[in-house]
Order: sequence, then C-alpha cells, then structure tokens
Amino acid sequence: MTLIHILVFVGIAAFLGLVTSDRWRVPFLLAVSALAVYVLQPTLPIRFLDFWLPTATLTLAILGWVVTSPPGQRSWRENGPAAAILGGTVLALGLTRYLGLSLPLTASRPPQLVSVLALLASLSGALLLLGRTSRSGKGLLVAASFFVLALFVVLKVPALAAWASAGLRSLTRQSTELASALDLRWLGFSYIAFRLLHTFRDRQSGRLPAVSLGEYVVYVVFFPALTAGPIDRIERFISDLRRPLALTTDDRAESGKRLLVGLFKKFAVADTLALIALNNVNALQVRSAGWTWILLYAYAFQIFYDFSGYTDIAIGIAGLLGIRLPENFKAPYMRPNLTQFWNNWHMTLTQWFRAYFFNPVTRALRTGQHPLPIPVIILFTQLMTMVLIGLWHGVTWNFVLWGIWHGLGLFVHNRWSDRTKVRFAALRPGWQRCLNVGGTLLTFHYVALGWVFFALSDPGASWQVFLKLVGVS
Amino acid sequence: MKTASPVRPLAVLAKGMLFFLLVNFFLAVVPHDGLGRISLYNRVFPGRERLPFGENPAASYNLSLFNLDAMLASHVIAGPPGSGEEFRVILIGDSSVWGTLLQPEETLAGRLNAIGLAVCGQPARVYNLGYPTISLTKDLLVLDAALAHEPDLVIWLVTLEAFPADKQLSSPIVANNAARLDDLAARLDLDFDSADPALVRPDLWDRTLIGQRRSLADLFRLQMYGAMWAATGIDQIYPSDYPAPQIDFDPDVSFHGMQPPDLAESALAFDTLEAGLRLAGETPVLLINEPMLVSSGENSDLRYNFFYPRWAYDAYRQIMSARAERNGWAYLDLWDLILDPAYYTNSAIHLTPDGEAILANHLAEVIRQQGCP
Repeated sequence: MTLIHILVFVGIAAFLGLVTSDRWRVPFLLAVSALAVYVLQPTLPIRFLDFWLPTATLTLAILGWVVTSPPGQRSWRENGPAAAILGGTVLALGLTRYLGLSLPLTASRPPQLVSVLALLASLSGALLLLGRTSRSGKGLLVAASFFVLALFVVLKVPALAAWASAGLRSLTRQSTELASALDLRWLGFSYIAFRLLHTFRDRQSGRLPAVSLGEYVVYVVFFPALTAGPIDRIERFISDLRRPLALTTDDRAESGKRLLVGLFKKFAVADTLALIALNNVNALQVRSAGWTWILLYAYAFQIFYDFSGYTDIAIGIAGLLGIRLPENFKAPYMRPNLTQFWNNWHMTLTQWFRAYFFNPVTRALRTGQHPLPIPVIILFTQLMTMVLIGLWHGVTWNFVLWGIWHGLGLFVHNRWSDRTKVRFAALRPGWQRCLNVGGTLLTFHYVALGWVFFALSDPGASWQVFLKLVGVS
Repeated sequence: MKTASPVRPLAVLAKGMLFFLLVNFFLAVVPHDGLGRISLYNRVFPGRERLPFGENPAASYNLSLFNLDAMLASHVIAGPPGSGEEFRVILIGDSSVWGTLLQPEETLAGRLNAIGLAVCGQPARVYNLGYPTISLTKDLLVLDAALAHEPDLVIWLVTLEAFPADKQLSSPIVANNAARLDDLAARLDLDFDSADPALVRPDLWDRTLIGQRRSLADLFRLQMYGAMWAATGIDQIYPSDYPAPQIDFDPDVSFHGMQPPDLAESALAFDTLEAGLRLAGETPVLLINEPMLVSSGENSDLRYNFFYPRWAYDAYRQIMSARAERNGWAYLDLWDLILDPAYYTNSAIHLTPDGEAILANHLAEVIRQQGCP
C-alpha cells in the first residue's frame, strides 16, 4: 500500500463511517473492498493476470462462502444483492478498458469485455451449480482446504511458481523463457488463504456462525487488512460488522491517533531504517563485525516498524468503520523470553497456527495409543509449528532454517523454564528485575540473529554473515 | 477529583494545521542555508573521499544533491587533519578527477596520497573535489566552497569540453545554485546571463517545507547513507563490464556549433577560468590540461575522440598555452601523457587505476617542487 492508497482509504473510511446507515454498511464495504482488491494488485508481466488474480480472489471468497454456508442460508433473496455488487464491480472495472483514459483502478488495462463476460458467466454458472447441489459436507470442505493449500504451495515454492508462470505465459502466447516466480505476485493471498482455511475448519467443527455472502466476502477481503493482515477471526469480525455503527468522537480520535502512529512507523522509521538494513547485497559488502551488527539491528527494527506500522494503519482505518481489528504486535522486543516474544509478535498468525496446528497435534500426540514423552512432543510440535510459520513466508531453505532456529529456541526455553521457574519465583524482586532485563536482551539478540535467515535468500550467505558477526570473516 | 477533558479532534486538527502552516511560513521567510553544514560525517561516520554523486542510491550508497554545503560537509576535507599539520592539496575537475568506475584509492587523489608526498616538511594530503559534470562554472562553485578549508595548493584539471558557454549552466549543480552564482558573479565581476531559464530560482512556495521536501529528504538520505559508506567503503556502482570508449566516428568536425578553422574564444568560458584564478587569491593554482584518449579508428584523422575534432582541440591548446604564458599561469598541458587506449575505461577522459598512477607520478614531481606557503 502506498501513501496515496492509504490516504484514499482513510478518506473513504471516514466518509463511510460518518454517513453510512447500518443497512448499507455491508454493501458499501463489499463494493469498496472488492474494488481495493484490484486497486492494490501490483502490475504483472503476464497479460491481464493483474486483472484475473483479483477476480480469482473474489471467486475464492465466494467459493469459500458456498462451501461453508448451510444450504438453507444460500437464498438468492438474501445474497443476490451481494453477488450483484461483486459481479457489477468486476464488470464495471472491465468496462474501464473502453473509457479511453487511464484510471488507477486496475494495475493495467483490463481484458476485453467478451472475456470478462465469458468468465463471469461461467463462474456464476459453476458457483450456482455448486450452491444448488453441494451439501457443505466434510468432503467438500476438505477438498476446498486442499485446493487453497495447493494454490498456496504453488505460489510459495519458487520452482512451482515459475512453472505455473510458464504455463500461463504459453496460454497468453508470451515468452516462456522469461517465466519467473515473481510473475505470480498475488496481492494478499497469504492472508486470504488463512482466513479461508480458518472458516473451512470452523465450519467442520461447527463453530462457524451463519453469515451472508456479503459479510463473508467482506471478512475475507476487508480492505484495510488486505495487504498485511491482521488475520481476524470471523465470529469476532462479524459481531463488529453487525453491531450498530455508533462511533463517538473519542473513537474517531483514537483511530486517527493509531493511523498517525502507523504512518510514522512505516514511512518515517521503517523506510529510513530500510536504507541501512541487512540485505543480500550489503551482507557481502560490509567490512567489519561492528557494522554487521548495526545492519542486523537496523533490519530487526525495520521489519518490526514496517509490519507493526501497517497493522496500526489497518487498525486505524478499520476503527473509522467501527471494526476493531485484533492487535498483531505488543512490544515484542521488550519480552524477557522467546515464548513471550511469540505471544506478542504477529499475534494473529501465531494464534492461527496454535489453534489449527499446534494444539490439535499436541493433543493427538498426548492422547494417542502410545503417547510420546512430553519433551519429545514439545520439541516436535514447536519445531513443526515454527517451520510451518517459516514456510508461510516462502518455501525456501532459509525460511526452514528460520523456523528451526525459533522452534529450537522455544523448546530450550520451555525446558529451562520448567526447571527454573520455582527457583526464580523465590528470588527477591531486584534479582527478578535483573533476570528480566538479561532475558530481554538475550531474547532480542536471539530473535535478531534469526533475522539473518529471514533477511537473506540462501544459507551460504547467512553463514557468511554469522562469521562476520563474530569477526571471523 | 479533576477529570480529563475530552479530546476534540477538530481542535487538534486545526492546531496541527496552524502549526504546520507556521513552520512552512517560517522556513519560507527565514534564511536557513546553513542547514547543509550540519552533518554526521566526520563525527559519527568517516568523511567521504569524494563529493556525493550517485544515480542509484540504493546500490551505490551515494546520491546526487545540490546543496554544496552538505556535499562539502560530508567530505573528508571538512574533518580534522589526519595527523596534525598537513599540506593540503585539492583537486577539482570533472568525472575523470572524481573517479568514475574507480575505487577511492584508485583515483588521482588516491594515487597521489599513496605516494606519500611531503611538501615543506609537511605530509601532503590530496583531497578529491572533482565532480562528474563538465563545466568550468561548476568547478568555480566547488572551488569557492572548498577554499573555506584552506588549501595550500589547488590543482584544477580542465579539458576543452568544460569551456563552451552553452555547457556552463547546464550542470544540475550549477542550475540549482543560482544564488551562489549571483554572489560569485558579483564578487568576481563575472558576466553571465542571470535570467537564463536553465537557472532554478526558488519562489516563496519553493522555500516552504513542502517546496523543499525533496532537498530536505536528500539531506537526510545523505546522512543515512553515511552509515553504509562507513560499513562498506562503497560510494559508486562498479559494473563488471562496461563499453570501451568510442574510436570510430562520423566525419563530423563541428564543435558546439563551431566549424573549422575558427574556435571563437568568446564562445569559451575563459572569463570563468580567470575568475577562478582570482578567487583562489594567494593560494597557488596549478592548471592541468588533462590527458585524453587519441583514437585510431575510422575518421580519427578528423577527430581525436568522442569529444573533440582535431582542429578545435589543437586551437584550444594553442589558446591555453598563449594565455598561460601571457598571464603567468602555472599550466601543464598533459593532453598526450597517456596515449595507450588500454589506460582508459569507458570514456576518452576516464583513466584506469594504472593510468591514474602514471598521471599521479607525473604530478607528484610538480607538487614536490611547490614553494612553501
């Protein structure tokens, strides 16, 4: 999101928050969010892909609603207007091709109207057929989950993404030699996929509330949280969406404050630190251990201020619309141990993995016929969870190493804490403060060293940086 | 018990806007030219070995800006002398002095410093104040700023391409320092067209915070890149491959609109050169006609290289020699010092590290023979 995008979104959110009646809230949010999916999509070299990918986002959201909503709640009367808004948005954007002037609504010129109409017709037909015939059973939900996961894997594994790019390029009669994983930059897909998977899983467990098509799609592509989260839970989001919009002056002031803090964090602090933050190029150029540490610290704070700044911006804009998005960061670098760090860093993602991976796997391993020793279970689940979180960012060896680094760190802290907590609890407050300060410094540096894997693209370069940090290289 | 008064967003917004307008107005009406002199270089970060210049800041950790004070403040010349007293030599000139494609230690200044010269019992320290645009007026601006750092000797490397009148104001650093140029013109009785549209003259809006956002951001980025300069020692991009200087030419013998045989002295900025010599005052100035590539390709009987038809360059050398003799300038014509094309990188005036070493060895003798100040 650029500063211009943010300012436009703030204007829209403030306007909608001021004038929208509760009845029109969902339709307006749906239209703006659907539009934002196209506006924010970056330009792609494959012909018209930057139009088709946002369309695929909306299709996936509708598909998600079809497979998670009970057949009785799929009435046309209730959901038709939302479907019309979505279809109308796609069609209207397709028509901008013929306006003769360049509007900043799509990344590049939309495809021909015939193609858009043909796609809309076939998608509508397929979704209507699915809606009429499907019973939203477990099999369908599992199939939908695998479909989303398969898409996720294709996008995140560079070789698969390049292969898919070559396929798409051959369809559009473009050079397949230029195919690259970067051709498939699908705006916000990582977040959208996890929101969809959350609803699939909650539908299976019977926890998913009944939601209309409009509400569901707004949840999946809510424009303030489209690019960088947070990953809200649908039942919480819907309760805010359905609550009568009654913003007080204090609410607006609080949102405005949050927005300004976010803008400052992102555009003043993070973008400045980015000039000197560790990256693939300067990692090879830096000449001394001291400066390597400085570049690493700059990266550690840059990634925090960048990400938490975007979260503040999302929370601020959503606040102007009466939606309280969940917090994602709570002073993570001030935490005295790695467990607390992960309870306060990218909180909505870690909560997602805790709910849908860590807890079920731990439970299964503990209650199985041949339960493993507790330390082994902890080691396995924490390693696997952190490796999966790493892979969520991208399927590369460095993200795997980053996950292992944190998984091992969490396991060591768990064992250490288990052995020492009684002894440390008996210490005098002064000593406990000292331990907290020491723990905070140690945790920050452990996390910062982990960022070496995150910032660089391959293990060899990461190893060189570790050597430089200790003054060996 | 006192209760906190409620927040009134509109009042906060109004106060914020008022404060912003006041800051803008203050900056627009109060001179703040000295801002560029505030620098982290030579304090937190080591000074740069050459003036800031760069078109791809993210890769070169360097950027082009127009604030001469900030540029000089970021240079090592603005720092304390390395080891007490020193004989300060400054080099001014174009990209061949600045050192395009060369590491700082491979430039002429770097090579001269490596020789370890001593003058008048003091170690000589050579400072690279070249800048990669070709214009004598640009050199004059740099010289004016550099004299504040009390050099003992100025070595000014020139080439004919820096002389044409139409080149004088086209350098962005000249165009964006119109006020300094006005001041120099007044002090040195220098004649130039102050209404030339190439000169950027900021109006009230340009002097506000909003109007100056680009130059303020550049100042800030220059400081930030100081960290990367300190961390890596890199201040330009070093491509592994680059095109060799052109050696085949069309049979074009014109030079900036002039045709043989007359190289009109009035169309060349000798007044600027003389103004520079006056500006230096007591500080000795050594003028050098810099070495250049002599091509041997197609039409090389008409042209020496990409820049010069033979007739124009020959005439220029004659004029320079005659003027130097008439006015008693310290002048060295080194145009043919390095004829082997292997000593040139990507241009007829850009030397390789070895080429710079040859030039440095030649100049070292001249510097040693300087009289004591």
